[in-house]
Amino acid sequence: MAFPEPKPRGPELPQKRLKTLDCGQGAVRAVRFNVDGNYCLTCGGDKTLKLWNPLRGTLLRTYSGHGYEVLDAAGSFDNSSLCSGGGDKAVVLWDVASGQVVRKFRGHAGKVNTVQFNEEATVILSGSIDSSIRCWDCRSRRPEPVQTLDEARDGVSSVKVSDHEVLAGSVDGRVRRYDLRKGQLFSDYVGSPITCTCFSRDGQCTLVSSLDSTLRLLDKDTGELLGEYTGHKNREYKLDCCLSERDTHVVSCSEDGKVFFWDLVEGALALALPVGPGVVQSLAYHPTEPCLLTAMGGSVQCWREEAYEAEDGPG
Amino acid sequence: MAAQDSDSDEDLVSYGTGLEPLEEGERPKKPIPLQDQTVRDEKGRYKRFHGAFSGGFSAGYFNTVGSKEGWTPSSFVSSRQNRADRSVLGPEDFMDEEDLSEFGIAPKAIVTTDDFASKTKDRIREKARQLAAATAPIPGATLLDDLITPAKLSVGFELLRKMGWKEGQGIGPRVKRRPRRQKPDPGLKVYGCALPPGGSEGSEDEDDDYLPENVTFAPKDVTPVDFTPKDNVHGLAYKGLDPRQALFGTSGEHFNLFGEGPEGASNLLGDIGVNKGRKLGISGQAFGVGALEEEDDDIYATETLSKYDTVLKDEEPGDGLYGWTAPRQYKSQKESEKDLRYVGKILDGFSLASKPLSSKKIYPPPELPRDYRPVHYFRPVVAASSENSHLLQVLSESAGKPMHDPGTHSRHQLNASKRGELLGETPIKGSATSVLEFLSQKDKERIKEMKQATDLKAAQVKARSLAQHASGSRAQPLPADVGHCSWHVALSGGTATTRASSFKPFAKDPEKQKRYEEFLVNMKRGRKDAVEQCLDPSMTEWERGRERDEFSRAALLYVSSHSTLSSRFTHAKEEDDSDQVEVPRDQENDVSDKQSAVKMKMFGTLTRDTFEWHPDKLLCKRFNVPDPYPDSTLVGLPRVKRDKYSVFNFLTLQETASLPPAQGSSEKVPQPRAPDKSRKPSRWDTSKQEKKEDSISEFLSLARSKVGPPKQESSPSVKKEEEHVTESLSDEMVNKEVDSQPEGEGSRPSMDLFKAIFASSSDEKSSSSEDEQGDSEDDQAGVREADFKSSQETDLVETSSAAHDSKLPPQDPAPSFPIQKMQIDQREEFGPRLPPVFCPNARQKLETPQKEKHKKNKEKHKAKKEHRRRKEKKKKHRKHKHKGKQKNKKSEKSSSSESTDSSDSQSDDEGTADLSPQELLRRLKRLPLRRQ
Repeated sequence: MAFPEPKPRGPELPQKRLKTLDCGQGAVRAVRFNVDGNYCLTCGGDKTLKLWNPLRGTLLRTYSGHGYEVLDAAGSFDNSSLCSGGGDKAVVLWDVASGQVVRKFRGHAGKVNTVQFNEEATVILSGSIDSSIRCWDCRSRRPEPVQTLDEARDGVSSVKVSDHEVLAGSVDGRVRRYDLRKGQLFSDYVGSPITCTCFSRDGQCTLVSSLDSTLRLLDKDTGELLGEYTGHKNREYKLDCCLSERDTHVVSCSEDGKVFFWDLVEGALALALPVGPGVVQSLAYHPTEPCLLTAMGGSVQCWREEAYEAEDGPG
Repeated sequence: MAAQDSDSDEDLVSYGTGLEPLEEGERPKKPIPLQDQTVRDEKGRYKRFHGAFSGGFSAGYFNTVGSKEGWTPSSFVSSRQNRADRSVLGPEDFMDEEDLSEFGIAPKAIVTTDDFASKTKDRIREKARQLAAATAPIPGATLLDDLITPAKLSVGFELLRKMGWKEGQGIGPRVKRRPRRQKPDPGLKVYGCALPPGGSEGSEDEDDDYLPENVTFAPKDVTPVDFTPKDNVHGLAYKGLDPRQALFGTSGEHFNLFGEGPEGASNLLGDIGVNKGRKLGISGQAFGVGALEEEDDDIYATETLSKYDTVLKDEEPGDGLYGWTAPRQYKSQKESEKDLRYVGKILDGFSLASKPLSSKKIYPPPELPRDYRPVHYFRPVVAASSENSHLLQVLSESAGKPMHDPGTHSRHQLNASKRGELLGETPIKGSATSVLEFLSQKDKERIKEMKQATDLKAAQVKARSLAQHASGSRAQPLPADVGHCSWHVALSGGTATTRASSFKPFAKDPEKQKRYEEFLVNMKRGRKDAVEQCLDPSMTEWERGRERDEFSRAALLYVSSHSTLSSRFTHAKEEDDSDQVEVPRDQENDVSDKQSAVKMKMFGTLTRDTFEWHPDKLLCKRFNVPDPYPDSTLVGLPRVKRDKYSVFNFLTLQETASLPPAQGSSEKVPQPRAPDKSRKPSRWDTSKQEKKEDSISEFLSLARSKVGPPKQESSPSVKKEEEHVTESLSDEMVNKEVDSQPEGEGSRPSMDLFKAIFASSSDEKSSSSEDEQGDSEDDQAGVREADFKSSQETDLVETSSAAHDSKLPPQDPAPSFPIQKMQIDQREEFGPRLPPVFCPNARQKLETPQKEKHKKNKEKHKAKKEHRRRKEKKKKHRKHKHKGKQKNKKSEKSSSSESTDSSDSQSDDEGTADLSPQELLRRLKRLPLRRQ
C-alpha cells in the first residue's frame, strides 16, 4: 500500500451499489473486511463463516464449526488466520487456507458478541454478554484466558484493539479503554447502552454509538465530546458504526434500512443511503478506499463511489 | 647458521649454504643448462623420469620389465623332488633394488614406523595435544603415549636442529634482547578490556638493562593454536572429569576454570609421582567404605562452588605469589592498576575527570554505650491511679523518663482507638477491640465503678501483704499466697468481669463453676481470702488446696489466653446477616452526576473515571508493551473482596426479567403494563422503560409490598441510578426471598435464572421455538404469546410467503416479523438484540435438513409442556385477547387476500385459548421449522 494519492476532489462516499452477495447462510450477523480490504467475512446465522471476494462476488471458503450462530469475526494482520465468536459461547481460531479450526476457546458464560485480534494476532479479545472481555492466547495451548477484563457491569457489545489499547463498549452505558502501556483504565460514561465503538484511524478519537440513536465522537485522551451525530434510528438492535477511510465521515447503520453518513467535523448529515427495507445490521468500511459493505437480512451489499469503474480486483 | 652476521644487520636472515667465494681472476662458472642436468643411478646409468613413484625415476632394466637376459620364464622344475623348496613369490620378487633402498617404496632399513612412533619429542605437537587433552572428555588421555616413548623425529625437526635450534626455543632469528613490551599507542583504539600491565614481566624488563650487548637470545616459543575441530556434543569449553581429581583425589586444589595453561598440563606425570601414596582406584559414595578401607573422609569430597572463581580476574603469575599473602610488590602493583588511565578515544567536549569518582561514604553504625547489655527487660506496668501515683513516679524516674502529666498518655500507652480519637477518626463500627464495647452503656458504668473499687482494694491488699512479708510473720505460709498476690495484681488491671462471664473453665461441673465465679467476684473485690471464702467447706483440705490452685491458675490462664486469642483473630468483615457488600476499591460512582453531565453534554472529566489497571504480564508481552507495573503481581483492578454475590452481580438482569410473572402471582401491585406484552423487559428497552415503570422499581415495590405496607413507586427519575444499584438490590432480594420463602414458589428466583447459569450450550443449540417454550417457566406467558403469534404467522408464511414483503411495513420490523422472536434466544436477551432477518428463500432452503432433529426435540418436551400449559392457561387467555386485538389492527392494513389469512389466524388465535395441548402440538409440528 503506497501512500494514497492526494485527490483534488473531496472524498467521495460509496453510494453506487456494485454487488449484492446472497450469502445463503441465514441472517448475516456481521460483515467484516480483512486487513487490506480485498476480502470480506460474513458471519451467518446458520453457524457458518464465509470468506468472499466482495468485488467479484465470489465465495472463497466456508468455515463451519460453530455450534450456534456466528456473531462476529476478524482476520489477522497476515491474513493467515481468522477468529470468530458466536452464540455457542466459544471463540474459534481458524486457519484461513485449510478452513480448519485451530483452537476453540471456551470460557465465556454467554454468547460472544465481538472478537478482535491484537495487532500481531497473538491474542484474541472477545467480548461477551457475560460482561467480560477475555484475552485468549493464540500462542500457547492454555485453555484459560490470559486475562479477563470483567469491569463491565453488563454485557460487552463491542471491542476494538489498537497496538496498546483495548476499547470496549458495554451495555452498562460506559466505554472503557484499557491502556496497557499506561496500566490504566479509562471509563467514559455515555449513559445509554453502547452498541458499537471504534477508534478513529488516526487513533485520537473514539466513536461511540448508543441506543439513544446517537453517535458520539469522544476525544480519546480526555473523554470530551467532539461531535454528536443524530438522525438515524438505533433503539433496539446492536448496529455497527465506523469512520470512513480517511476519517472524513462517520458512518452508521440504521434500523430504518439506511446507512447514514455524517461529515465528521461539521456533524451535518451528508448522505442517507437507502439499502433496503429491513434493518442494516452490520457494515464494514474498506481500510483505504471508499468502499462500503452493508449487511441486510441474508445478503451483503457492496457499495463504491459513483466514479468507480468496475475493474478486475485481485483474486 | 642463521644470523651469523648479526652485527652487520640484525634483521637479515640467511638460510642455506653460501657459495664459495670466487678466486681472483677466475671466471664464474657457467651454469649447467637444463638439458644437461641429468640424474644417473649408482651404476652410472641415466635415470629417466617416469613418474611420481620412487622419486620419479626408474625402473626395470633400461625401462623394460625384463632383465639383461630378457624376460625369461623360470624354467620348469619338477615338483616331485623339491616340493618344499617351492617358494611363494612375494611382491619383492618383482621389485627393483632401488625400491628396496632407503628412499624406495619399500625400504629395507629398520626405522620406526608412524604406527608406533610417539610424538613425545615433538614438543610443539605435544603442546597442542595437551591443550586438546585438557578440553577433551577425559583429560590426560595421552598419558599412555607418554609412557611408551619411541623417538622419531621428523625431517623438519632434524633440519631445524641442524640449524641450531634447540627444543624449547622459538623459531626465527636470534634477537639481541627481548622486545620491549608494547606501550599502548595513544592513537590506537583499544576495544574491550585494556591489557593489564603485566605484573610478573615487569621485573624481567628491568633485568634486561643489565644484559651485555653481544648476547643474543632465541625468540620465545609460541604455543601453537590447536585447531582441532569440535566434533563432540559437549558444550563449549566443556572440561571432562579430570583424572587427577577423580583418581588421585587431590581435591584441595583450587580450580582455575579460566586459565589452565600449558604449564598446568606439563606436570601431568609429575602429579602421579607425588601422590601421597594413596591407593589408586575409584572410591566414592556409591561403593561405600570397604572393610579394608580405613578412612572414609573423602567420600563426600565433592567439588563445591567455593572452589571456583566467582570473579573474572587475571591469571595468576604461576609462582603462587598472588592474593593477600603475596609479597608486597605484587600488591602494590595491583594497586597501581587503579591509576590506569582511560585508553579509548575521548569524545569531543568531554575530558577525563581529574578526580576519581567519590565512592559512597559508608557510615559506621552508632557506637553502643559501654554498659549496654543486649537484654531487654520489661518494666512493671502500674496502672495510673491516685493510689499508686507515687509508685508510678518512682518507676518512671528510675527508667529515666520524665513524669508525664497524668492527663496525657504517652504515645505507647495509647491504644489504637485512642489514637484514632486523637486523630479525629470516627471509630470503626463493628470492629470493637474488646468485649467491653459490646456492652451497653449501663453495664459499662457498672464495670467502671467496680473496677475502681477493685483497684483501690488491690492496692490495700498489696500493701497489707507487703507489710506481712516485711514483718516476717509466717501466719499464712500458704504457697498460694504469693501467687495469689501476683495474679491478683494481674487481674486487677483489666477486664475481669468480662472474663468471668465469657470463660467457663469448669462448665462441666456446674457447682465448681459457680464457686469459680464466686471466687472471681471476690477476688475482684479485692478480698485476699477470696479462695477460702468460696471453697466448699465440706471438702477435704487436700481438695481445697487443689481447687485453690486450679482457680488461681485458671484465672491467670484465661487472662493470657484471652489476650493471645484476641490478638490472633479479627472480627469478621462481613456479617452474614448484613446486607452490605464490599465493592471494588475504585468504583465507578456518581452515576447521577454523570447523567446530568451527559444531559448537558459536558463530556470529559465529569464523565470519566480513571483507574489503575494492571494488565497481565503475558498480555503485555503479547502486545509488545512494557509492563506498566513490573513489580506488582496484581492483575486487573485493585479491589477488595466482592465475590460474595458475584453471580448475582451479573445476573441482575435475570432477576429483573423474572419479575413480571412474580408480580402476576402476587397480584398486590397494580400492573401498569400496557401493550407489548410479548417481550420480556430488558435493560435494552430503555425507551419503553422510560415511558412506563422501570422493572427495577417494580421490583422495589414488590419487595416493599412483601415486607410492609405497599408504598408508592419511586419516581421515574431514579431509574438510571437504580440500574446500577441493582447489584445491591439483588442481594437484598435474595435475602428477602429467603424470608418470604413460604409465600410460594412465585417468589423464588425463576427457573430461568438457574438455567441461564447452569444450562450447557447444548441446550441452546437445539433452539427451536419449542425449546424456548419448554425452558422458560415463569416467562411462559410472554413466550407463549410469541409462540402463538409465530404459529399464526407461520401459517401465513405457508400460504403467502411471497406476499410477506409487501404486507408488512418495513419501518417497524420488531412487531412485524415475529419470526425474529424465535430467532432470538429469549433467555440470553441481555444486550442489544440482533436485528431481525427476513429472507424467506434462503431460509427455507436451509431449514429442511434439520427437521428431523427438531421433531425429536418436540417429542421430548411434550409432557413437560402439557403440564405447564394447563397451569398457565388462565393467564394466557387474558393476554391473548389483548394480543388478538393488536393483531386485528395490523391485519386490517393488509390487503384483502391476506386479510382472509389473518382473519383465519385471528380465529386461530382466539381459538388457541381453548385449544387442547395436543392440537397445539399438532400445529406446531406443521410449522415449517425455523432455526433458532
